[in-house]
Order: sequence, then C-alpha cells, then structure tokens
Amino acid sequence: MNGGMIQWTQDDAGVVTLTMDDPGQRANTMNERFGVALGETVDRLVAEKDSITGVVVASAKDTFFAGGDLNMLRRVTPENARRLFDEVQEIKRRLRTLETLGVPVVAAINGAALGGGLEIALACHHRIAAEGGYEIGQPEVSLGLLPGAGGVTRVVRMLGLQDGLMNVLIQGQRMKPQRAREVGVVDEVVAPDQLLDAAYAWVRAHRGEDVRQPWDRDGYKMPGGTPSSPKLAAFLPAFPANLRKQLKGAPYPAPRAIMSAAVEGAQVDFETATRIESRYLVELATGQIAKNMISAFFFDLQAVNGGASRPDGVPSYTARKVGVLGAGMMGAGIAYVCAKAGLEVVLKDVSIEAAEKGKGYSEKLLGKQLAKGRTSQQQVDELLSRIAPTASADDLAGCDLVIEAVFEDPALKHKVFAEIASVVEPDALLCSNTSTLPITGLAEGVDRPEDFVGMHFFSPVDKMPLVELIAGKQTSDAAVAKAYDVVRQIRKTPIVVNDSRGFFTSRVFGTLVMEGAAMVAEGINPVTIERAATQMGFPAPPLAMLDEVTLTLPQKIRQAAEAAGESAGAFADHPGTPVIDKLVELDRKGKAGGAGFYDYPADGPKRLWPGLWEHFVLDGVEVPFDDLGERMAFVMSLETVKCLEEGVLRSVPDANIGSIFGIGFPPLHGGALQYINAYDGGPAGFVARSRELAAAYGARFTPPQLLLDKAERDEPFA
Amino acid sequence: MVSTEAFVYDAIRTPRGKGKPTGALHEVKPISLVTGLLDELRHRHPDLDPVAIDDVVLGVVTPIGEQGMDIARTAVIAAGYPETTGGVQLNRFCASGLEAVNQAAQRVRSGWEDFILAGGVESMSRVPMGSDGGAWAMDPETALRTGFVPQGISADLIATMDGLSRTDVDAYAAESHARAAKAWANGYFSRSVVPVVDRNGLQVLDHDQLVRPGTTVETLAGLRPSFAAIGEHGGFDAVALEKYVAVERIEHVHHAGNSSGIVDGAALVAIGNERAGEALGAAPRGRVVASAVSGAEPTIMLTGPAPAARKALARAGLEVGDIDLFEMNEAFAAAVLHFMADLGISHEKVNVNGGAIAMGHPLGATGAMLVGTLLDELERREQRYGLATLCVGGGMGVATIIERLPA
Repeated sequence: MNGGMIQWTQDDAGVVTLTMDDPGQRANTMNERFGVALGETVDRLVAEKDSITGVVVASAKDTFFAGGDLNMLRRVTPENARRLFDEVQEIKRRLRTLETLGVPVVAAINGAALGGGLEIALACHHRIAAEGGYEIGQPEVSLGLLPGAGGVTRVVRMLGLQDGLMNVLIQGQRMKPQRAREVGVVDEVVAPDQLLDAAYAWVRAHRGEDVRQPWDRDGYKMPGGTPSSPKLAAFLPAFPANLRKQLKGAPYPAPRAIMSAAVEGAQVDFETATRIESRYLVELATGQIAKNMISAFFFDLQAVNGGASRPDGVPSYTARKVGVLGAGMMGAGIAYVCAKAGLEVVLKDVSIEAAEKGKGYSEKLLGKQLAKGRTSQQQVDELLSRIAPTASADDLAGCDLVIEAVFEDPALKHKVFAEIASVVEPDALLCSNTSTLPITGLAEGVDRPEDFVGMHFFSPVDKMPLVELIAGKQTSDAAVAKAYDVVRQIRKTPIVVNDSRGFFTSRVFGTLVMEGAAMVAEGINPVTIERAATQMGFPAPPLAMLDEVTLTLPQKIRQAAEAAGESAGAFADHPGTPVIDKLVELDRKGKAGGAGFYDYPADGPKRLWPGLWEHFVLDGVEVPFDDLGERMAFVMSLETVKCLEEGVLRSVPDANIGSIFGIGFPPLHGGALQYINAYDGGPAGFVARSRELAAAYGARFTPPQLLLDKAERDEPFA
Repeated sequence: MVSTEAFVYDAIRTPRGKGKPTGALHEVKPISLVTGLLDELRHRHPDLDPVAIDDVVLGVVTPIGEQGMDIARTAVIAAGYPETTGGVQLNRFCASGLEAVNQAAQRVRSGWEDFILAGGVESMSRVPMGSDGGAWAMDPETALRTGFVPQGISADLIATMDGLSRTDVDAYAAESHARAAKAWANGYFSRSVVPVVDRNGLQVLDHDQLVRPGTTVETLAGLRPSFAAIGEHGGFDAVALEKYVAVERIEHVHHAGNSSGIVDGAALVAIGNERAGEALGAAPRGRVVASAVSGAEPTIMLTGPAPAARKALARAGLEVGDIDLFEMNEAFAAAVLHFMADLGISHEKVNVNGGAIAMGHPLGATGAMLVGTLLDELERREQRYGLATLCVGGGMGVATIIERLPA
C-alpha cells in the first residue's frame, strides 16, 4: 500500500505500528505521496478499529519527519488558494480522525521533528522522543509560514496562548529533545534504543482506554485562560504591541498571522480553529514574503551550505591545528570558534599579554554560557585547553591552517605571514581575515600565493554565521575548496567570491551605510532614516551600523583605494562623505569612542546626537518615507548586480545568503537579488524604479547593464 | 409650523464619586444614578407632562453587566416614566454624553421629534473601563492593522511632539484643581449638581470627590508616570513610534494627577423644540447651534477636538473668536494644551471652572456634564456662545456649540 510511504504492521496484541518511510526522498515531508498515504492509512485504522488496541507512529528515516513540501509551497499562487486550502484541510481531517480514534496513539520521535513532523506528533496522544542532538519545533515562521497542519491550534490548546506563542510559535524555536520536554511539546525523552519499547509500553498501559486529547476531554480549560477570561484579557492587548516592537516595524506577515490565528482559534471550537489556521496559512503561502524566505532560507542556503560554490574534484579537507595571527577582537573570536569546533588553536600576538587577552575572550564567552547552564565545566576546560596563546612564531609549528587577523595594513599582513612561513606545515592553507584589502595584493607577500585565500569573518565572530571566502588571482581551486571545508568545519556558512576591493560584502555594505549618511546630508531627520531602515526589515539601521564599524573605516577604505589608484566604490565622491568627515572632525568616530551619530550614555540606551540637528537637519525637507527604505535596499541590490556583472560574485545563492547573513539585507526580501526578482514588475519594474530613484537622488541608482539585460529578457536572477 | 430649533431647557448631573470601592457612589447602582436624575427632573418641573418625552438617549462606554441591556429604556421604566417614552444607549467612547446631546438635538431639529432627554452614565467603580473587550484592543489582527495603543501613550506622544514638559502638564493639572475648587466654593455648580440620595432620602454624596484644592506642581511631582511601563514592556511605545517616524522616543509625562480621574456619575440634558417647552412649563436656557463629529489619526488619537470644533464653527458660520467659553474634556493635560495651541485660544477661555483632571471623567456622562457646566457659566457671565468638545477613542472628536438664551 502507498508504495511504503506509511508501512503498516500489527503485532499479536493488536498494536499497529505506522512507519513513515518516503521511498522517493531522504526525509519524510508533507508531499502528495504522504497525503495519499495518510488518507489510506487513517481509513484503514477506522475500518479495522475493533481489532486495534493502539497505534505507534514511527519513522524509518534518521529523522522523524521534515515538514512541509517546500517545492509545492514555493509554487503555490493566489489562484491555487482553494486547492491549497482543501489539501491542508484534508490532512487536518485525517490527523483529527487519528487523534479521535478512541485508541491510544503515540509518536516515537527518533530524530528531527520540525514543522509538519511535530504537527503529526501533536496529533498523537503522547510523544516520546529519543535522546539526541536533533531538533524539534515549529520553525515555519522562519520561512514566512505558519504551522498549518494543526500546529497552531494544538500548541495553543496544549500550552496556552502565552506559552504557546512565546515558547514555540512566534519565534519558531528549534528545541533539543530535553528542551522540548521542558516546554511541554514532548512528554518523555528516552534512550534511542528504548524508544519503541517505551512507545509500546505506553500503549499497553492505556490499552482499552478511550484515550482523548486534553482538549477533547470534559472540563478542559485552556492553560492560562482564553481571551475572554479576565486574567488573559488584561494583557492580551500587549501581545500584538510587543510583537510589533520585536519586529521593529518590519512587515513580516507570518508572526502576525500566527498570533492572529492563535488568538482567534482560542475563542472557538477545535474544528473551527483549524479552519481559521488554514485560511491564514493559505494567505501566507500564496504571498510573496514566504516565497522570498523559502527561497533564501531553504533553497539558497541549502545550495550554499551544500557546496554549490565549492570547486569540484578536491578531496574533503579537515584542519587539525590552526595558527591565528593577531589576538584582537576578530582573532580572539576566530580562536574561539575554531576551538569550539575541536581544532587545536595557537593564538599569536606581539606579546604574550595580548595573546592571553585574546584567549580571555573565550573565557568570558564560556563563563556566560556556564552561568546559564548551557555548558559544563568539563567542556569549558576542554575548549580552553585547545587555545594556546603565544608571542612566538615557533609555536605555530605543525599548523596546517593559518588565519591572519591583524590590522588592515598590507605591510603588516605581509610581515606576519613572513614570520610564520617557514614554521607551519609546508602545505598549510594561508587565510587572511580582511574585510576590504584585495587578496591578490596580499598574496604577493607569501611564497605560496596559490594557497592564499581571503577568509572574511564578520563581527562578532561567535554570533555571525557567514564567512566570505575570497579567491585572489593566483588562489588555486584546491585552496578555495579547503577553505570552504574549514568554514563548514567551524559550522559557518561559506560564500565564495572573486577578488575586488571590498569583495562582495564590504562593497555592498558600504553602499548601505553611505546611503544613510547621504540622507543625513540631505537634511533628513536621522530618527526617520533609522526608522525607515528597520521598517524596511533591516535588522540594524545604517547610522547605528556606521557607529559600530567606526566612521574612520569609510575614510580608510577611501584612502587605501586612492593610494592604490583604484576606485573606492561607494566611498568615493559619495554625497554621504562630507557628513562622515564632519563627524570625524568633531571627534565623533563611532561607538568605540563613545560618540558618533549616537551618544552612548553609561546609564541608558544610545540616543541620536542632538548636534546632528544643528549641523545637518533642515526644516521642511519632505522625502516620501517609503523612498528612504527603498533607497537603502536598492543601492545594495544594484551594487550586488554590479558584483555579479564584474564576476566578483560567482552565484545567485551566494549573493542572497551573503547579503542577509553578512550585511543585514532585509531577510523578508530573500536577499539582494531575490529582492529584484520579487519587486513589483520583476527586474523590469526594478529598472523603472531605479531610474526614478536615480532621477531623484543621484546617478548611483542607475541600473547596470546586467540588470537591463535581465529586464529586457524578463528573466529573474537564478 | 413647529420651530426647528433644538433648545436646551435644563441640564443636571450627579456629583462625581471616586471610581473605586472606597468612592462614595460605589454603593449606588448605575441605574439608580440615572433614575435619581429622572426623578429630579420631574421634581424640578412639577408641571412636566412626561408623555411629551419621545426618547431618552444615554451614553455608556462600557455597556455591559449592570450598564448593559439598554440601560436607558430600563431607567425610563424603573423611574416610572410613560411606556411611550423610549430609551436608547449609545457609545462614542468618551464623547458619548455629548453625542447623546447632539443626536437629540439633530432629531429635534429634524422636526420628527419634540422632546428628548440626553445624557449618560458611567459607574467606573462597578463596571471597569475596558471590561467590554472589543476587537480594536483584543483582536491581534485588528490591533496590528490599526496600531492600537492605550490613550495614555497617545497623550504622552502629544506631549513629546508638542515639547510639553512634565512641569507644563502638571501646571495645567494644578490649575484645574484650583479652578474647580474655586467654582465649588462659590457655588458655580449649584444649579446643575443634584446630590445623590439613598432610598430613605438620606444624602450619599453632594460634591465632586476628587477635587484637591491645594494641588501644586510640587505636590504632583512625586507621582510616577502611569504609562512608561506599558509603553516599554507592553510594547505600545514602539507601536506609536512606528507611525511617528520622526520621534525618537516617547517622554512619559502623564500620571494619575494630570489625567482625568476615574469616577462614577451621570448627567441629563433636556432638549426639545418649543412644544417641549410647553410640556415642561419652562423657557429655554439655550439652543444647540451646531454639532460635529470629526477625526484625527487614531494612534495619536486625542487630537480630534480641533477638527471637530472647526467643523462645527464652519457649520454655525462662526469664528474661533466668536466663542466666549470652551469646555474641552481634560482627558489628559496634553490633550487640552494641544487643543488650545491648535485653535490658538487662551487658557482664560478654556475650562474656566476646572475639568476632569480635578473632578473626574465618568466616561459616558462627561459630554453631557460639559454642556451643563458651559450653560451655567455662560449664564453667570452673561456671555453668548460656548463650545464643548471631547477627544475620543479611535481618534474621533465631537464638538457642540451652544448659545445662551437670555431669560
């Protein structure tokens, strides 16, 4: 039956085991095959109910169930709304039959149960999870969707509105089994080899009982009360307000829909609640934001992490011992992530004190984790024992990987590589963590330029998931592949680009922050500039980010480019430059110095510096608010197209993922190139709007040839 | 041909009791507050033929529980008024009492009805504000779409945008108390205020309980801002700032001492054409010149009075300068200060006998109370035009212009 998607076995005691095992995929998903199999299986359970004493739902895969059929969800349009609604309702109807069958049903969760996986488990009367490092949860929100197979309805009824929304639904937390049990979506956690036994034991213990879900029992009360109970009603109005606050005004539809479906569903009976849930799901799934997020956070990310940009034919590489040159903020962070991934780390600086201070960063991070109970003293000791601070180049003996993270000065970088050249393994991979300096030039300072790769980390290194790998002119494919493997080894996401001043990320980041400075130069209220950014979906606004990277950075980049006789890109002749120069002149260089666009009072949150009004803000400047956010996104997308045109970028997924993970492009737009694809009218619409912005705000919005070609052919970036 | 003027024949109100279990009127049911005034009307006008009264229109903002089930018709029956006299309850949030007056005036001026009692009631100690729920606040989809915030956030936003300091709003509040205390001391309210008595005729309350004569900026200084916590932890500041993109943050200046007090009370205004005067056996004290409802942006919410006032003035063919006295409900100090600045009028003409900061704001009744206060003071000063207005939930504003008619 159903090609083995759901295998049926029944033991002598009448217990049916349903084993999910999609014959066509590595993981079980809510695809058409599953839908058919679920229908047939549930029909049979009903038909043979008298001979069934219990049901165990299990998986033959190494995961339990992966979730929705994203290929299908990516394609669905408003014209398919009815069909999608009916399909979703049909799945829910089957799961409802399963949970109201009248015999005990238990889920045996052997591995990842995300999205639809947890929803299936929630439709069982009891959930037992095997111990392990895998994840359980309803992360639909991160793809712009909601748990539409009963997830919202059941989580709310199981945990109540507040806990259900906060702990599971709105942020889509991915929980380890133990955490899932604490939160309440899993009932038991057992050793993996005891999973099925525990499931059968539970069924045996409840055999013959009319087992029902809590919400189907007489006298059920929703935990924490329903919206009509005074207890909850008093603070229910703060739910949506706090959601808006969390989102900083960014127009994410999914968390809004989840909260709405949850609250509306809590006021009606179960079946009605599931229909409300389906209607919100259909609205999200047929909308553009979910498409953007599925495209970026599933398909593009899968391509990037799956090695699409890794040169073929190079054996996989595992680094053993890394020498980190420079124990400043970046070097210290790099040492931490390497040690965390199990590498031996030699952390070198000019003095042992400086090197030890760099190691101190790991001690601080680990101390915090220990205090929160997220790690053990033994793990802390082990990790720290892998970091050896030193001031001596000789200690880098045996390193098969070098990551240099000294100041952004080519001469200094040449010098530190020269010091260790003869000490490290003869074929050690040589990486430079630079955010802007061309790799080809830096490679001139080493004797093996083919083994030299740019490895651009983002700050703070322990939090930022992206690493930008830069291939210089002489960098070999083998070195790029090894660097790619190193980044995966330290559990980060590598994008691969070709050499250019600022590479991809810093170039495009520059356009964003300089656009913010240009708006200040135009006399626009800085509060409005920052607000426009967050409402566009930028996680951080441009003036705050300029303060973070320091205002002297654009100046240095400009000077370095000019010294090299190259274009400084966004930093050359930009209308924002005088603003930056003025602030630097006033000794307001950014957050590190305690003053920039913002003031940083010791006793409260940062505030925009009132002097900005004195120096820059003009009364009567009226710019459409929406233009501000669009300008920021457009300059980034246009620069990204130029990077693609010039061959700096090698792939569209790298561009989308790099822009979101590295430099804060609004996630809901799916990345700097997906934003163009999805813009009203597609690339042609984007071109038309670019020309309007160019006419109004400057030639930097003029669409590049590659974009014109795409518009001409009505072809998305893919 | 019957005159199409809507005359004001009388305006009465209860004193306002502190809206807490410790308040004097907490023991009095909302229905009793209304029937007490209906009794008083007959008592004052012994010749009144109540059959002439077409309808009783009452504003109630939280029309649930003992304020539910059409309290106006219930009061008509309970007070022994004729069975032909109707009763209808309406809700225009804080302006409900004035809305009742306006609708009554409009119906009389239409010529279809002769005599209507308009007013309102709110026992805030017994039926808590907000306990009726409502999609605007309670339904996330609606709240997210419309940017719902509690009014205190709006008031603080106005103060922030208008550059009003804590001292500015506290000084306004202190003046409200001083004016109310003086008005009470001099008996300016004696024509309108009807003491609340019990079933034995024993007096329960004869004065507005909240007035504190010695209030100063200094005595108010110790009060903590009421809306800072919900603004920050409730997320409502962020909601407001999402619309007000030029405002970096909201300065929370309003507190219990410079916002309208929570109280219990009721009011009635007798409105009718000339025939009503015959039934009442009294001459009109004033006439309703014009009324208007308008609106402003719903998140800042409390800026509706100025557009409503302008609309009413235009309808009446009058200028701001023609109005002798203004009553603008003191929902929050900043709302009144904003209204005064917006219309360019002096505090000397506004709320001359204090307002809701000193005396309290029984939500459904206040608008009708303002009409009585205005009429009494126009008579005392022998002035002509008065304008009553209230800021209203959801951004609305309601305004009414009345003209005193010499006796």
